[in-house]
Amino acid sequence: MEQLNQWLATLLEGNVIFTPQTLGYYWTGLVTTAQLVFVSLLIGLILAVPLAILRGSKHRWIKLPVYFYTYVFRGTPLLVQLYIIYYGVVFVDGIQESFLWPVLKEAFYPALIAFTLNTAAYTTEIFHGAIKATSRGEIEAARAYGMSPGLTMRRIILPSAFRRALPAYGNEVIFMLHASAIASVVTLMDITGAARFVYARYYAPFEAFIFAALIYLCLTFMILYLFRYLEKRLLAHLKPLSGN
Amino acid sequence: MADTPIPLEVRNIKKRFGDTEVLKGLSLKAHKGDVITLIGASGSGKSTFLRCMNLLEQPDEGDLIVHGEEIRFKQTRHGREPADWKQVVSMRAKLSMVFQSFNLWAHMTLLENIIEAPIHVLGKSKKEAVEHARALLERVGLTARADAYPAQMSGGQQQRGAIARALAMDPEVMLFDEPTSALDPELVGDVLKVMRDLAEEGRTMVVVTHEMGFARDVSSQVIYLHQGVIEEAGPPQDVLVNPTSPRLQQFLAPKY
Amino acid sequence: MLDLHGYGPRLLEGAGVTLQLAVLSLTLAVLLGLLTASAKMSRSWLLHRTATLYTTLIRGVPDLVLMMLLFFGGQMGLNLITDKLYDQFGVDWYIDLNAFVAGVITIGFIFGAYMGETFRGAFMAVDEGQVEAAKAYGMGSWLVFRRIRFPLMMRHALPGLSNNWMVLLKTTALVSVIGLTDMVRVAAEASRATHEPFTFLIPVAAIYLLIASVSEWIFARLQKRYNVGFGEQ
Repeated sequence: MEQLNQWLATLLEGNVIFTPQTLGYYWTGLVTTAQLVFVSLLIGLILAVPLAILRGSKHRWIKLPVYFYTYVFRGTPLLVQLYIIYYGVVFVDGIQESFLWPVLKEAFYPALIAFTLNTAAYTTEIFHGAIKATSRGEIEAARAYGMSPGLTMRRIILPSAFRRALPAYGNEVIFMLHASAIASVVTLMDITGAARFVYARYYAPFEAFIFAALIYLCLTFMILYLFRYLEKRLLAHLKPLSGN
Repeated sequence: MADTPIPLEVRNIKKRFGDTEVLKGLSLKAHKGDVITLIGASGSGKSTFLRCMNLLEQPDEGDLIVHGEEIRFKQTRHGREPADWKQVVSMRAKLSMVFQSFNLWAHMTLLENIIEAPIHVLGKSKKEAVEHARALLERVGLTARADAYPAQMSGGQQQRGAIARALAMDPEVMLFDEPTSALDPELVGDVLKVMRDLAEEGRTMVVVTHEMGFARDVSSQVIYLHQGVIEEAGPPQDVLVNPTSPRLQQFLAPKY
Repeated sequence: MLDLHGYGPRLLEGAGVTLQLAVLSLTLAVLLGLLTASAKMSRSWLLHRTATLYTTLIRGVPDLVLMMLLFFGGQMGLNLITDKLYDQFGVDWYIDLNAFVAGVITIGFIFGAYMGETFRGAFMAVDEGQVEAAKAYGMGSWLVFRRIRFPLMMRHALPGLSNNWMVLLKTTALVSVIGLTDMVRVAAEASRATHEPFTFLIPVAAIYLLIASVSEWIFARLQKRYNVGFGEQ
């Protein structure tokens, strides 16, 4: 640690903007962004699976509310959703007296809720599409061997749908990473928040925002390669034998 | 020259794709009213030769003279290219090509396909172009399909439509690139009939084909290509009935 | 008319700003997209590389960061230039980078990259034979593009175009952050002033949904028009 600090100090010598302190802001920002994106994606994913199944239901009163939810959350800007939750959370009856209030009054949780609801809506539609694309033959085969509808869904439809949804879901993850930049609008110190702070303090727009852009670029490429690796592993069975 | 210029003349055309030389110095002269058929096995270079005549392929060497006007070329980083694309464009308007896969424009009706180039290239009025197009449609027996889109027509209808589109340009020379090869056997006859009629009325045509019957009955000259070289050429009764080259004899043998 | 504590008319004006911003950005994005697609398909190594760099960078960085970079950085760049002009030539000139213009430029640039991919795919899906036929009938390159290649390409591009437009529409909300008074900014201000966020933000969400639904309908009609002649409709 001592050595690292030393190394950084020599590296940054003479640099007015990128002091160890500002780099610290960016690091805090990176942690906030990572937490926000990771947690909202995780909860969104967990919500999306049952929602996608309901979305494909034959019963109108089951599928329509889900469709309404995805339509509204996919059809309006995330920023508006964030504002509604951020400004609106105060008006939930009794929330200010509840034990949750100290947590919820921080900007982090409204942002987390907005991001989660948003990504859950997109992911629901991605999974719904993938489930719908399952070949009829595979389902019929499962039925013919006496699998119940629930078992067919769990053992046959979902595993193949998840794999098929992988490329689209990879795009959604990158989309969420980029969309998370608006967290800075409700005072959160994410990567973009750090950049805005550095910009305001040193009036150095190029340095502040290009540095943030580079961090996002690196993260984007990491996600891209992760998904490419996953696709290679999980979608190998879909490729023709002779193909390469 | 006192008499009218020769519609199409090509001299010593050479073309290579990568390391393979596909055309090794081919020449051809189409006088007014000539029907020249190019025959040969696939890979003999006959289609490439035809496509060099309207510069859909750029020949690496050789001259191209259309209606007495020689096309000028220049050497560039990417190989030899026409020096003046305007000249090429006006040359192409004098030759019209009929393709193996018809290539009718999918977003236009048959009538719109036929009037497109006469209006936008030749500058005809819409009224004039439509009148001409209707007459041509009647000739090829497609009056009823004027407002159909290509996707709604059979292959034979599309090819006859494409011939009408070519005729609408009043071309000096018509180039046919295996016009019946993509058709179901029962549809070939209609298209060949239209082509025979055109030959009889004295159109100048260069035809790449596998239809030996057509070559024998209609051509004024038959050219047999083998590996990018003219192996034998002459009137059909010489080339097709009494071939001298053993390769041509072999090429013709299984079909008769 | 809805009064909304006196914010009603301003909210409507804001909706107008949003719509103008979206349409102008779309126009710029389509133009840039066509340029990018041609650059990517061109023989020139330099053009190809530049276009690839552009699309990769744009797609790797959040819209908001690009927007702030351009808006704040752009203003500083302009100031530097005008200061230089003053020092060197005594020209007293001050250009104020307006949030609307910055918004149009950034959104246009961002979606130009996406449109570039859409158009490239669509151009490559065009049947080369039909383009050859046009050339063979003596059409010059501009005529071939305008009458044959472009309409054939549009049929393949429309689904992607429609998708990009829907995302672009929502992206316009970000311009409120750099100070443009679009409907989101009006609603956010009103929410803070009146402590009634739902009164303003729910209608704004509804307007977005309305614009999205109307555009969906328009794109369906366009798709029908460009699909003409491709199989039975």
